[in-house]
Amino acid sequence: MGDNGSVWLPDAASTLAGEVDALFWFVFWASTVIFAAVIVAKVYFMFRYRRKDENYIPEPVKESKWLETAWIVLPTILVLIVFTWGFDLFVKLNTAPPDSYEITVRGGQWTWEFEYAEGASSFTELYVPVGKAIKLNMSSTDVLHSFFVPAFRIKHDVLPNRYTSVWFKAEQLGEYQIFCTEYCGTEHSTMLAKVVVVSEEDFAAWLAENSVDLPPEELGEQLFAQCSVCHSVDGTAGIGPALNGLFGTTRALADGSSVTADEDYLSQSILDPASQVAEGFQPIMPAGYSGMTAKQIDGLIAYIKTLE
Amino acid sequence: MTESPTGTVNYLNHTKTIKSWLLTLDHKRIGIMYLVAVSLAFLAGGILAMMVRVELMAPEEIIMGADAYNQTFTLHAVLMIFAFIIPAIPAVMGNFVLPIQIGAKDVAFPRLNLASFYIYLIGAVVALSALLVGRVDGGWTFYTPYSTSIGDGILFITMGVFIMGFSSILTGLNFVVTVHKMRAPGMTWNRLPLFVWSIYATGIVQVLATPVIGITVLLLFLEKTLQIGIFDPALGGDPVLFQHFFWFYSHPAVYIMILPAFGIISDLMGAFSRTRVAGYRFVALSSVAIAFLGCLVWGHHMFVSGQSAVSSVIFSLLTFLIGIPTGVKVINWVTTMYRGSVQLKTPMLYAIAFLFTFSIGGFTGIMLGVLALDVHLHDTYFVVAHFHYVMMGGNVIAALGGLHYWWPKMTGKEFNEPLGKIAAFLVFVGFNLTFIPQFIMGTQGMPRRYYTYLPEYQSYHLWSTYGSWVLGAGLFLIMFYLLASLFKGKKAGLNTWGALSLEWTHTTTPPDHHNFTELPVVTRGAYDFHLARHLFEDGKEVSEVASSSAE
Repeated sequence: MGDNGSVWLPDAASTLAGEVDALFWFVFWASTVIFAAVIVAKVYFMFRYRRKDENYIPEPVKESKWLETAWIVLPTILVLIVFTWGFDLFVKLNTAPPDSYEITVRGGQWTWEFEYAEGASSFTELYVPVGKAIKLNMSSTDVLHSFFVPAFRIKHDVLPNRYTSVWFKAEQLGEYQIFCTEYCGTEHSTMLAKVVVVSEEDFAAWLAENSVDLPPEELGEQLFAQCSVCHSVDGTAGIGPALNGLFGTTRALADGSSVTADEDYLSQSILDPASQVAEGFQPIMPAGYSGMTAKQIDGLIAYIKTLE
Repeated sequence: MTESPTGTVNYLNHTKTIKSWLLTLDHKRIGIMYLVAVSLAFLAGGILAMMVRVELMAPEEIIMGADAYNQTFTLHAVLMIFAFIIPAIPAVMGNFVLPIQIGAKDVAFPRLNLASFYIYLIGAVVALSALLVGRVDGGWTFYTPYSTSIGDGILFITMGVFIMGFSSILTGLNFVVTVHKMRAPGMTWNRLPLFVWSIYATGIVQVLATPVIGITVLLLFLEKTLQIGIFDPALGGDPVLFQHFFWFYSHPAVYIMILPAFGIISDLMGAFSRTRVAGYRFVALSSVAIAFLGCLVWGHHMFVSGQSAVSSVIFSLLTFLIGIPTGVKVINWVTTMYRGSVQLKTPMLYAIAFLFTFSIGGFTGIMLGVLALDVHLHDTYFVVAHFHYVMMGGNVIAALGGLHYWWPKMTGKEFNEPLGKIAAFLVFVGFNLTFIPQFIMGTQGMPRRYYTYLPEYQSYHLWSTYGSWVLGAGLFLIMFYLLASLFKGKKAGLNTWGALSLEWTHTTTPPDHHNFTELPVVTRGAYDFHLARHLFEDGKEVSEVASSSAE
């Protein structure tokens, strides 16, 4: 249960969890008070007006218009208060701060994978720094799943054809349960993970450690999978030029100029493909790779260097 | 047909062949056949529930593995929802009681009524045959793309649901027309028992909404068989679209489930308080309003599904506004007892229990309607507890009240009243013990549809299972003494409870095949006890049937 949990609720470990709890307690106590009033009235009436004479027929009670109005108007007001409060907090839960640190979440039968921009990835342990806004961009590799962290009071379905997101800012160090909460098959109830909230230093260390697992050539080879659709490595002509034996040679460009195929050339070809189109090819390489990190580009370059 | 003022010759015994039952056009016999069928469905669904609860006593395997468990809870829900709750009160008690309560000899379309019964049976058999075909898991909601990936069993369950849907539509249509066209002279809308109003409102929902689930399962069927991409993203479809289609029916479906229950509670509160039901007009008209407005809130099942935040906000607001009339009804039922003459016999105990359990279901529904809270509570045991409180604590408790109330009239036998009270107590205590721990583990984060779970949730699961045993004991006790009453019960009088609706004042016990010996002419409302004081005299049964002084 934790430091600030209670009988009903787990630890409130994120900035918004406490606000969700405040709303929960308001609705809980308002409901309890009204419910108690109804039950007390019920029990009182059922004994106070107990039948004593089988032949006694009471006079019908005259309806009180003001009482009826009151018990329509007052609940309506309460309900509108609770709606507005819930709406307001819902907006906050759905609006990640603009400077949030983003992590990709991939759910698939029956595990969670977390991918970081720096190239680190992890299964079942979502490392995050304390006190920073984290936005999770989530998608599924197969059926519907749902990402739920009770301690943060956040949840969203994870879909196979779209990205959905949640965000949080963890307020205390610790480990917090992640559940899959949309039925997804045999192992739905074991599709678990943990949020591991660590200090900023520890997070940076973890990131560094987990990002250098692969030597640059191996990282590059992995990334090259998405390039190989257009670029072969064995001299076969494709949509794009073959890249084996390219590094260090002179490359003729479509505009008539020529350039040495060095690290800068390769780097620029990835980040801004339209600027240096090879002779005999169309300027159709997608511009989307401009988001690649320096480490990823280093890896690709290292790999391409090995191609003969 | 021999008229029999004392009910010696009645709808049960005037003909006795199997054929006269299987091909009957008598709404009362059809109601009894439905009673047998839905009771079997409830028994099967209940046993599956007990199995689920036994398995959940510990995180490890106890009686079944994950695959078996996942199919068990799925079948539990499909049976309970489609084969029990949706048909039960309208097809059993609506059929038996509604035509008599309005002063009619039968429903508007008796053959259609019989057809509805057989369509229901065929649909149920088709759905159950899925068990022979292959695995069916995923809960009764069958979200795509998982549901289309698991094999062909789902084709049979969905086709079973499709067929049973027609039973629901035709039953609803029948009742709506019956109430409009077949009321006896003097039976104005304002004099109708609220049970009739509720079945009428239910019929509207059945006709409007059920076609949507029909189309939805048909599309699911076509997608799976013809690989058309509607819901499966791998084929170019959208999984959230399935949820919209599904809930567009399934939310109004919960009104099909609860409106008849409201009707029973109104009749019970009126009869056992011997006075007007408070807010009659409001209760009647708001039921019809809910039938229409209830079609606008389906998205409150989808706040975290990927639907837009704007639609979520609108759905939340509408959900609250529709909840208000329901709360007012509960207050009206409580105030019905004010200055009344209250008798706490078994049927009334169920009505009293309903006010407790349904209110909890209602308040927890409000909690779920709060957007920011639903983010935390969605797909947890909090939701499971909420819907069991409204479906079981609402519909089933009311149905038990109605069953006990009309049992003497339907069977001509009285059940054992002390056992009735004991069983009601066991059901009430067992039910609350089963589901209150589920609220708490839900807010603590325990997800639903989980075969195994973290150790910190075990004590809640244990108490919940113990509760299910108490509840089960109560329900088995009911089955026992009701069946026993058929053989050993005291012969029931004309008006066991002294109620004022036509089934009690104008028919024999059991009723004649044609309900009435002559067409009733109605001069007072179903709860106008103050206009019927002349019927409440010593030694007399509260009845206008000819020999009422003879017994």
